[in-house]
Amino acid sequence: MGEKVKEKAVIISQEEISLDIYSMWIETNAAKTAKPGQFVALYCNDGSRILPRPISICEIDKKNNRLRFVYRVVGKGTDEFSKYHAGTEIEIMGPLGNGFPMEKAKGKKAILIGGGIGVPPMVELAKQLDAESKVIVAGYRNLLFLDYELKACGDFYPATEDGSIGVKGTVIDAIVENKLEADVIYACGPTPMLRAIKEYAEKHNIEAWVSMEEKMACGIGACLACVCKTKEKDKHTNVNNTRICKEGPVFNAEEVEL
Amino acid sequence: MNTSVNLAGVTLKNPVMTASGTFGSGAEYSDFVDLNKLGAVVTKGVANVPWPGNPTPRIAEVYGGMLNAIGLQNPGIDVFIERDIPFLKEYDTKIIVNVCGKTTEDYCEVVEKLADTPVDMLEINISCPNVKEGGIAFGQNPKAVEDITKQIKKYAKQPVIMKLSPNVTDITETAKAAEAGGADVLSLINTLTGMKIDIERQTFAIANKTGGLSGPAVKPVAVRMVYQVANAVKIPIIGMGGICSGEDAMEFILAGATAVSVGTSNFHNPYTTIEVVAGIEDYMRRHKVEDINDLIGIVK
Repeated sequence: MGEKVKEKAVIISQEEISLDIYSMWIETNAAKTAKPGQFVALYCNDGSRILPRPISICEIDKKNNRLRFVYRVVGKGTDEFSKYHAGTEIEIMGPLGNGFPMEKAKGKKAILIGGGIGVPPMVELAKQLDAESKVIVAGYRNLLFLDYELKACGDFYPATEDGSIGVKGTVIDAIVENKLEADVIYACGPTPMLRAIKEYAEKHNIEAWVSMEEKMACGIGACLACVCKTKEKDKHTNVNNTRICKEGPVFNAEEVEL
Repeated sequence: MNTSVNLAGVTLKNPVMTASGTFGSGAEYSDFVDLNKLGAVVTKGVANVPWPGNPTPRIAEVYGGMLNAIGLQNPGIDVFIERDIPFLKEYDTKIIVNVCGKTTEDYCEVVEKLADTPVDMLEINISCPNVKEGGIAFGQNPKAVEDITKQIKKYAKQPVIMKLSPNVTDITETAKAAEAGGADVLSLINTLTGMKIDIERQTFAIANKTGGLSGPAVKPVAVRMVYQVANAVKIPIIGMGGICSGEDAMEFILAGATAVSVGTSNFHNPYTTIEVVAGIEDYMRRHKVEDINDLIGIVK
């Protein structure tokens, strides 16, 4: 057996923290081995929805065996999750994926970048990352969430599309305007944001680690639904693409096509 | 209690196997499932050369099932023989390799390369488009089914399972064509061609536009087709389509399947295969049946 578990977890709390953004804590043995940047497959209790939803881990509480997920309601599955109250059981499998390579930040200046529903995994990473310095940049449409948690871990620079809070524009605008410098970047967010970060990092010779997303079925590397294109031929697939759920979701931006 | 069944001279310890494409070559699921407990592992389709597969998104969930258009991504037969067969050989289960191709020659090349490997059976995916015939799937034309079966039989050293497409008007025609071509076993059903529109983005939910429908939603279609084919041919049948439990598997066996495959349900519950094995045994105890073979096709 690997270190991942498939089990019925118990929901400890459920709360809407922003428009359509929910925070859910569960008690699960998956917390024992979970690392920042990993994800968990959450299964719907409604059996007509057969596929698990891959949700990134926002916080890990090893002492109490708990994991926190902060997710957006985007469809019927996540809508179902949002209606589960404390005490409800939820089938889960995890932790899955590789997680962020935290050792790359040792003695270096790190920027953690989250965009939209890519902000949550930055919380646990910001808590655990051991770097010479760490700043957190987060991009939102207009409403902030998880900003208190992030501010507690380092300097926090928000960007909003409408400029209502922080820099008006993208996370890259926030980096430029605030003259943030880095040796290493960790990022999670929508593909256009990751693409911009990859370009920015290449231009400034910064090592960048990006967490990717794609529609998944099995979550463990068997079905080949969630692949992304790679620069080099992948060892497992023997073609120029790789499994996001298994080899990822975190990749060196240089090695993947965005 | 006897749960072992015979497929063209190959004895399976129980009738439960995996459906191609849902289980990789077994490595990923071996964290959850003791592969020694399965009748057979059917691998993901493999071609003569590596295939990169389709653009993403490759899947979409639908009510009671899913659509997929993975595009048969595979590492090619050489890597498969070097890596995946030795892995599976470590287990006490039968190895069935699913073969795909773009031309008859592609299939034959793979089959020939597998001839001297310790593979127990070959399953031929004929739902692939035949590039030499304008892209119509081999499996949708009885004449093409008979022809490709005959060609593959010339090269195959292991028993050949022809996997039938349900995307036809009368599946007994392609079933009889495969039998006439020398098929040793039939497996059915492959996925049903479907489509999902993302109404918010106003585009197709999967990049390939169409995808194969699988999961619990297709089970009644699959049971019906297994029943029809069982009454049309003499060779054994592997039934599949939406099997999630021992009860589901029993429907297929009673309808005429000698063995069954668990596919999409692996994604919902990675323990499904072993739960189906246990469920079949429970059923036999409940009905005081000593031999699973006494139940095959008894519903007429």
